[in-house]
Amino acid sequence: MNLTLKVWRQKDAKSTGKMVTYRAENISPDMSFLEMLDVVNESLTLKGDEPIHFDHDCREGICGMCSLYINGRPHGPKKAITTCQLHMRSFHDGETITIEPWRAGPFPVIKDLIVDRSSFDRIQQAGGFVSVNTGGVPDANIIPIPKVIADEAFNSATCIGCGACVAACKNASAMLFVSAKVSQLGMLPQGQPERWSRVQAMVAQMDAEGFGNCTNTGACEAECPKEITLTNISRMNNDFFSAKLFREEGVHENSGGGE
Amino acid sequence: MSEIKQTFNSSLGKKLIMALTGLFLCTFIIVHVAGNLFLFKNDDGYGFNVYANFLTHFPPIEVVAYLLYLAILVHALYGLILTIQNRRARPVSYAVQTKSPASWSSKNMGLLGSILFLFLVIHMGDFWYKYKFTDTVGYKEYRTNVLTNERIVSDFTPADPSFEHSSTTENDVEIVRVKDLHARVADSFSNVWYVLFYVLAMGAVSFHLLHGFQSAFQTLGWTHRKYSPVVKFIGTWLFAVIIPLGFALMPVVYFIQSLGR
Repeated sequence: MNLTLKVWRQKDAKSTGKMVTYRAENISPDMSFLEMLDVVNESLTLKGDEPIHFDHDCREGICGMCSLYINGRPHGPKKAITTCQLHMRSFHDGETITIEPWRAGPFPVIKDLIVDRSSFDRIQQAGGFVSVNTGGVPDANIIPIPKVIADEAFNSATCIGCGACVAACKNASAMLFVSAKVSQLGMLPQGQPERWSRVQAMVAQMDAEGFGNCTNTGACEAECPKEITLTNISRMNNDFFSAKLFREEGVHENSGGGE
Repeated sequence: MSEIKQTFNSSLGKKLIMALTGLFLCTFIIVHVAGNLFLFKNDDGYGFNVYANFLTHFPPIEVVAYLLYLAILVHALYGLILTIQNRRARPVSYAVQTKSPASWSSKNMGLLGSILFLFLVIHMGDFWYKYKFTDTVGYKEYRTNVLTNERIVSDFTPADPSFEHSSTTENDVEIVRVKDLHARVADSFSNVWYVLFYVLAMGAVSFHLLHGFQSAFQTLGWTHRKYSPVVKFIGTWLFAVIIPLGFALMPVVYFIQSLGR
């Protein structure tokens, strides 16, 4: 396959970037999208050019490191996969592919296609955990959890924090991510003691990072490689309003991590 | 107090305000479309004019009306604030237009809302303002014989400029004198551009509520596997089809009637 790539190149966080056109030649349809970029980078390196920088790690769709906004869609045209799981057979010979970094104020571009997603880490550190005190090891089956609850919590927990939801959202809202992280603990018995402080702390951090507000378009849900559903956002809203309006529990001070 | 302020200044708090004011406006248009069905009654505007008189002279309704105007302004203002924040959250836009699947209405709530706000300014300026604050709306006198149900309709010009309405009885004849908003409506709806604008605005209502009604429930956190389909059904058929259609029929029917005159 021969392809034309339009790639966002940006020297560093301070520079202004621009789209640069490259040729990708002799690409196997069985290559993954990232392998295709590896091939292009190989030729760029041989020519003495700076290779295209992009995020990647496990290359099997579980780490949440890879990103790329491909032809107007995060993680490319296929449903429920990450960019590393996208294969070149999903494109046709001679196609022009536009590759951009995630675009959001709280995701500043570091270089080329790499963005800084540490805003997600700070949200997670604000309350996305269960505090465990040391002591004897409890029996694993001592707390019964209904299967439907366990399954739903696990579905929320499959979020890999890649940021595709923010990239897809017209408002650059992070609510799908935050709600998944709130839900995965808020539904389980172990997450109950901090349930009301957690949701307040995480939403406050999300707002502080400058993400947009959800307008329930559902673009995030459609683009999520792990198929996290909008139900999570609804659940987060419910917990948040419940915590803020009906419970006498504020956000705990110095809740570990964060500032 | 600052805690409450903080709640309503958060992203979710602002969305809560949008959802609550939006749902309040949704309940209002049910009443509005139902009341305006009087326009379809062939009684020289008797029912409609008496209804309009009731709405503007019954104190509890007047209180709710001012809450309604407040809700419209708050809904529009918060919509604007949230839109500005959302734009700011993506300082550099994409080179390629997004192809992520999302419904047209959900992506154009701001545009639809702006059309509706413009519509409301014109609509209220033409009827509400003229009815309440000017003397450009004339009066009608309805003489109904309560035994035979025969009704004689005539124009009425009050001697006292502060006259508002009267309801008296003369033997078996009930005499009702009220402002003739019905004539004002018939006059406005004989203008083709006015009618087209109304129909367009009702299209905007339809698409705005197609997304808005169910979206409000999602924002409030009221989603449930059993009840969310019911909410979607009501949002689609009642709020996006029946109500806008009912409203749009009013100018269309009056325009067609005006051609016959």
